[in-house]
Amino acid sequence: MSVPILSARDLTKTYGRGPDRFDALKGVTLEIDRGDSVAIVGKSGSGKSTLMHLLALLDSPGGGQIHVDGTDAKTLNGRRLNALRNSMFGFVFQQFFLNPASNVLENVVLPLKIAGVGARERRTRGMTVLEQLELTDKARNKAGDLSGGQKQRVVIARALVNNPQVLFADEPTGNLDTATGRIVEDILFDLNANHGITLITVTHDHDLAARFNRRLYIRDGLLITTDEEHAA
Amino acid sequence: MKPLEILKTAMTNSLRSKLRTFLTILAIFVGAFTLTITNGLGTGISNYIDSQIAAVGSNNSFTVGKTDTSGNPGSGPKKYDASTRVLAAGGRPGSTQLALGQSDLNAIGAIPGITGVTPVTRLNPDYIQWKGHDKYQLTVSPLAGAQPQLAAGTGLDDSGTQPQLILPASYVAPLGFADNNQAVGQDTTIGITDATGTRHPITARITGVEQSALLGGGGAFINKALSTALADAQGTGAPAATKTAWANATATFAPSSAAQINDMKAGLAAAGYTAQTLDDRIGTVKTVINGIIGVLDAFAVIALVAAGFGIVNTLLMSVQERTREIGLMKAMGMGSGSVFALFSTEAAFIGFLGSAIGSAAAIGLGTAVSGALARGPLSDLAGLHILAFAPVPVASVILLVMAIAFVAGTLPAWRAARQNPIDSLRYE
Ligand SMILES: Nc1ncnc2c1ncn2[C@@H]1O[C@H](COP(=O)(O)OP(=O)(O)OP(=O)(O)O)[C@@H](O)[C@H]1O
Ligand SMILES: [Mg+2]
Repeated sequence: MSVPILSARDLTKTYGRGPDRFDALKGVTLEIDRGDSVAIVGKSGSGKSTLMHLLALLDSPGGGQIHVDGTDAKTLNGRRLNALRNSMFGFVFQQFFLNPASNVLENVVLPLKIAGVGARERRTRGMTVLEQLELTDKARNKAGDLSGGQKQRVVIARALVNNPQVLFADEPTGNLDTATGRIVEDILFDLNANHGITLITVTHDHDLAARFNRRLYIRDGLLITTDEEHAA
Repeated sequence: MKPLEILKTAMTNSLRSKLRTFLTILAIFVGAFTLTITNGLGTGISNYIDSQIAAVGSNNSFTVGKTDTSGNPGSGPKKYDASTRVLAAGGRPGSTQLALGQSDLNAIGAIPGITGVTPVTRLNPDYIQWKGHDKYQLTVSPLAGAQPQLAAGTGLDDSGTQPQLILPASYVAPLGFADNNQAVGQDTTIGITDATGTRHPITARITGVEQSALLGGGGAFINKALSTALADAQGTGAPAATKTAWANATATFAPSSAAQINDMKAGLAAAGYTAQTLDDRIGTVKTVINGIIGVLDAFAVIALVAAGFGIVNTLLMSVQERTREIGLMKAMGMGSGSVFALFSTEAAFIGFLGSAIGSAAAIGLGTAVSGALARGPLSDLAGLHILAFAPVPVASVILLVMAIAFVAGTLPAWRAARQNPIDSLRYE
């Protein structure tokens, strides 16, 4: 049996202290295999984004362990951790976090710049991924001038540009109309099916969740076995 | 992130909020401008003093006299000693100076490091005259390594047989010359009286005209041929013994380090001679001027420290403004070191802009003002450029400002570097 690419045990996360203390995660255990596609489903405020951030090693848990490819994340030093964030994981944030003053291509190649890739190669790889997402003609536009759907695709392009093994997408279709949402969904499933990328996506859209290989339901910081809203 | 990318990104970032960066640069500009000016003042004045010092003597020679070891003058008349000779010295009646004889010259020449000894003969010419115009009093001194600053003509030929002199600029008009250039190449007559009261006229050629100098006594420099001719004329009829007694001698040495010079001095002192270099005699002037420049520099540095707080402020604001961007970059695997480098490079870049512009402006304005002063109010001090800008001090000013800016940038940069990516991304 192969080692899961991500596994978490008894993850907890507490925000604030004293009277403001809030337990966002109360002990989450899960395993995700390489090449899997997983939907994380739950109501607003249930802890979906918090869980994603912990799994992508962007934040440190209050308690519990995370193993990446069998390695305990706690044992990773700064350099290895940065290398993981840079090249193993791609993250599509719920709020896009684009730099509106820079153009689309510059936004997309930021991870490559951080990795120390040369300007010429950045350009070619950036253009390749923009082509994949049908944004070639927007490469020179300011990121701030794009439509919502275009921005969403730029953010996905940025997450993909360094060929990650795991793509985290936090509500990738939340801001989009049904038609555009559909296009973005198709892109994600194509990456999963044809490029072997492990796909972990947060959504509260049950139709979208149904297209995934697995669904994890979360409520008040705990995983629950069934989709009670639907079951009920 | 590669260092070059960090530099490029830092430069782009600093120009993002143009007005704010501009104001910070302005503050640094003022400090760098002041510091460059005070530095230029230091360079200008010490250049001038160096050239003036070179004009009156060589740095590679001592003026040597015999050390008077016979106790203080209050202890009554001194006992006669047949082996020492004294000369009447200037000053109050009764002051004497121990004379140097040929054996002393030999002893001085034997000190390791000394390459030559020439006795200083006091020459007292009566007048100088050109072609029947009025006669003027003149004092003369041998070149002895001095490098007079010439306004016209060429230097003296110390090895030739033609008697030559360099005329101080102040003599040009009184002697009847239309200008400096007319004086060059002319033969003048120098009158000198001998021991018997007979006056000897000696012909000497003017090879050059010396700029009016700060330290020179207004005398003329003469070459060896002229000094020999004058000494011979002056010594005519004098008893032979007075020809071999001198008050001072000039001892020359090869260019040496301060330690070597001190060794030679110690050697001379042990042998009973007092030696002074030109620097010994003029050093105090320099010390005072360096002190004044130092105080001015301190004010400029205070201005720069104030500008440094401006940098801290600017960068703290831009760190705050870019909190999310920093969070994003860290989420994409940018190391804390790179984030720190990014912001401190930005600080250094702002410092560089401010100091480069400030120094350039100071050099431009300073050169213009100094030129105007040299032509106007300071024209009496020929060769004085009150502000002079040498590459090394200007480069050090720029580097110093960049260092101050860098230090100022470390606090904001450290703040940026230690941020947790998710907290930064949440920042509204
Ligand atoms: N930095 C924080 N400080 C305090 N509370 C926080 C912080 N971040 C998240 N929370 C709280 O933790 C809970 C989970 O937040 P999270 O963002 O994970 O929800 P979510 O499931 O992603 O919701 P949504 O679907 O609305 O995005 C929420 O109640 C939120 O208020
Ligand atoms: Mg969320």
